[in-house]
Amino acid sequence: MGNIFDFEEKIDIAWCPGCGDYSIRKALLEALQELNLKKEKVVLVSGIGQAAKMPQYINTSFFNGLHGRGLPPATAIKACNPELTVIAVGGDGDMYGEGGNHFLHATRRNPDITLFVHENMVYGLTKGQAAPTSRTGMKTPVQVFGVFEKPLNPIALAISLDVTFVARVFCGDIEQTKDVMKKAILHKGFALVDIFQPCVTFNKINTFKWFKDNTYYLSGDYDPSDRTGAFKKSLEEEPFPLGIIYKSDHRTTFEENISVYKNDNSPLYKREFDIKKLEAEINAKV
Amino acid sequence: MANNITDDLVIVLAGQAGQGIQVIENILSSLLKGTGYNFFSTSELMSRVRGGLNSTELRVSSKRSPGFLDRIDLLIPLHNDAIAHLKKRISLGEKDKVNYEGIIDIQFTGIANELGNAVFSNTVAAGLICGLLKIDERELENFIFKYFAVKNEDIRNKNLQAIKKGYFAGQALTEINISINKSIEVKTDLLLSGADAISLGAVAGGCNYVCGYPMSPSTSVLEKMSSYAEKFDIIAEQVEDEIGVVNMALGAWYAGARAMVTTSGGGFALMSEGLSLCGMIESPLIIHLAQRPGPATGLPTRTEQGDLNLALYAGHGDFPRIILAPGTLEEGFRLTQRAFNLSDKYQVPVLILTDQYYVDSIYNTPVFKTDDIRIEKYIVETDKNYKRFSLTENGISPRGIPGFGNGNVCVDSDEHDESGHITEDSDMRIKMADKRFKKFESIKKDISPATLTGSDNYTTLVICWGSTFNIVNEAVEGLGSKDIAVMHFSWIFPLQENIIEYLNKASNVIIVENNSSAQFAMLIKQTTGYSIDKKILKYNGLPFSVEEVMKEIQKFI
Repeated sequence: MGNIFDFEEKIDIAWCPGCGDYSIRKALLEALQELNLKKEKVVLVSGIGQAAKMPQYINTSFFNGLHGRGLPPATAIKACNPELTVIAVGGDGDMYGEGGNHFLHATRRNPDITLFVHENMVYGLTKGQAAPTSRTGMKTPVQVFGVFEKPLNPIALAISLDVTFVARVFCGDIEQTKDVMKKAILHKGFALVDIFQPCVTFNKINTFKWFKDNTYYLSGDYDPSDRTGAFKKSLEEEPFPLGIIYKSDHRTTFEENISVYKNDNSPLYKREFDIKKLEAEINAKV
Repeated sequence: MANNITDDLVIVLAGQAGQGIQVIENILSSLLKGTGYNFFSTSELMSRVRGGLNSTELRVSSKRSPGFLDRIDLLIPLHNDAIAHLKKRISLGEKDKVNYEGIIDIQFTGIANELGNAVFSNTVAAGLICGLLKIDERELENFIFKYFAVKNEDIRNKNLQAIKKGYFAGQALTEINISINKSIEVKTDLLLSGADAISLGAVAGGCNYVCGYPMSPSTSVLEKMSSYAEKFDIIAEQVEDEIGVVNMALGAWYAGARAMVTTSGGGFALMSEGLSLCGMIESPLIIHLAQRPGPATGLPTRTEQGDLNLALYAGHGDFPRIILAPGTLEEGFRLTQRAFNLSDKYQVPVLILTDQYYVDSIYNTPVFKTDDIRIEKYIVETDKNYKRFSLTENGISPRGIPGFGNGNVCVDSDEHDESGHITEDSDMRIKMADKRFKKFESIKKDISPATLTGSDNYTTLVICWGSTFNIVNEAVEGLGSKDIAVMHFSWIFPLQENIIEYLNKASNVIIVENNSSAQFAMLIKQTTGYSIDKKILKYNGLPFSVEEVMKEIQKFI
């Protein structure tokens, strides 16, 4: 049987041949199907960038908004209708650069949404400038003397913010990518999966081989529930650890903290307005 | 010699931030309105939490007069600098008298100190005014007991003693005779601020998602809506920045909520890209924009009507929008309510322009009727073939939301096809641009025309918009001329096209705007070709006063 999240007809995908995004799409399609999610209950949210085109290529509802601004609508969509599975997708520039402030504060609210970040350490859509995660020394048409800035470490950042599901995978391993995606979607609260993804056109340094050579799998006895240990692990670079680095269930979600769901689980759109309450409020001003 | 004050009393309280002027305002507003006096108050504040010098004007009158007056009948200075701060206004009528002989020495602090703490001096001052107005002593006691009910007994008693000491001092004053008529109907009026009117209007519009980033003077609406969260099933969230605010609100509408954001000029500037997104994805969106003087940080706690051009042109690309600007509390309530229905119907952003003067002014007004209030929802259940941007006759595509029906609801900031997927097809681009533009024509049919007050057979027409209505109206009434009418606009954009007929009927057209470049006059010129060159403009951060509008109009007639 075909995957309900895929299109019956052939679709025109704008990614370069050989792009890591194809593997991520494959993993996501399989993850959605294997979780038996109802198609009409899934919403993908993205900003702008090559990664942010993902929603176009999945057969679901989507909100493909502005560059860097995926998380605020994703948070609101989940808050207004907690019955939906809300997945935000973007690239490193989208989520950690332009959208950096929203990333910080979305994690503080802890909505029950999932964030997949395609991390290729370069700007693809704008043709090859540095990303917040570009490694120091990388030369680009703008960073002509090489990147001098310290690359952003999203895993350490997320753990410092107490994001309760923090994982990193490499899209070259579709099985692990899919497995971690499923766990992230099922996780209650904000879940971040940073996905290493080679950009075959604009990043000639961090190639498929480079990611392969500079990553390793966390061992079976690694304990992701220990936040201090996880933070220490998150600081490891070249090689970068792959897997679920931190996971905890001690935080409440945004939706759980919203008063509207205290006594009523129904989404906002289903609720009726009570004019009597309004009249009482107006009359209280007499 | 005694001063007689008849029918209209202007009291100004002045002191430093933290001296409790607002407590006096709160006590007197409820008490005076509750006993049947028409009441109006407005504040001018410095942008600081302590110190500086703030003043609040309280107007108590026999007939409804909710407009700012320059004249001060009674100045209650709670700080040494107060007289210097307001000298210009006191000196309007009787300069020497007020400055020298006019001073009546009431030792607010001395009396308060007798009670053990100078902190009660504001309550003493409130008592003094009650004494001057000869409020019934029992009524005063009951009120104060209720007002301080949540405080502990000691504080309650001290305040009661303080207000009574002030009250007796006021009664004993023979230098001032005040006679203002009370009326029974005022007792059953509402007493509320502009911020309250906007917030109640939003609730009445079915608002169930509000977000913002604190910014004067818009914050009071965010706070009011947050206080309604539990009672009215509203999600209220303070967001990290205004960019997040507007994008969240769009997400909320997408998921089926009715969202409003509240902000001021600087915050709205940050929302420009989100506003443009709203235009592209054809989402409803309510923006309350409480204006303050710019550019940049400007005068953060003061008033201006300087963001009309920003509201008209914010956001890249072409897309329709609606701009409203209430003139009265009633209008603030009704228009905000209606804004939600209009926004949902046409899938366009609706901006509600107020300003510091509007949101912070308080007065009594007849109870808002609710029998004609309808929450119009335009959400449809989707099926498998649903297309969010289906091309229709009037440009409005039925709006589905995710999770309601079997269809995909796809919205995209890129140009898109009917299904909401990215397209670069030129023909589709034209179809979509035309479709968005078509909605403009339908919107025009819903315009609420401007209100015309004063003479029908006018030769002079005074144009104003938004918060200045009560001031300009009172000024024109005060002139008592049969040749003048006031045309007030609360529906700003799209501008009603027949305005030209009203303009042509007058031999003399004057515009009143609380900004420096006559932005509304520019819109009129752009729409009709009619150029208004008699302009009454004010941009020092303060609202117009009735007297100055009278004086300025007289210069033009």
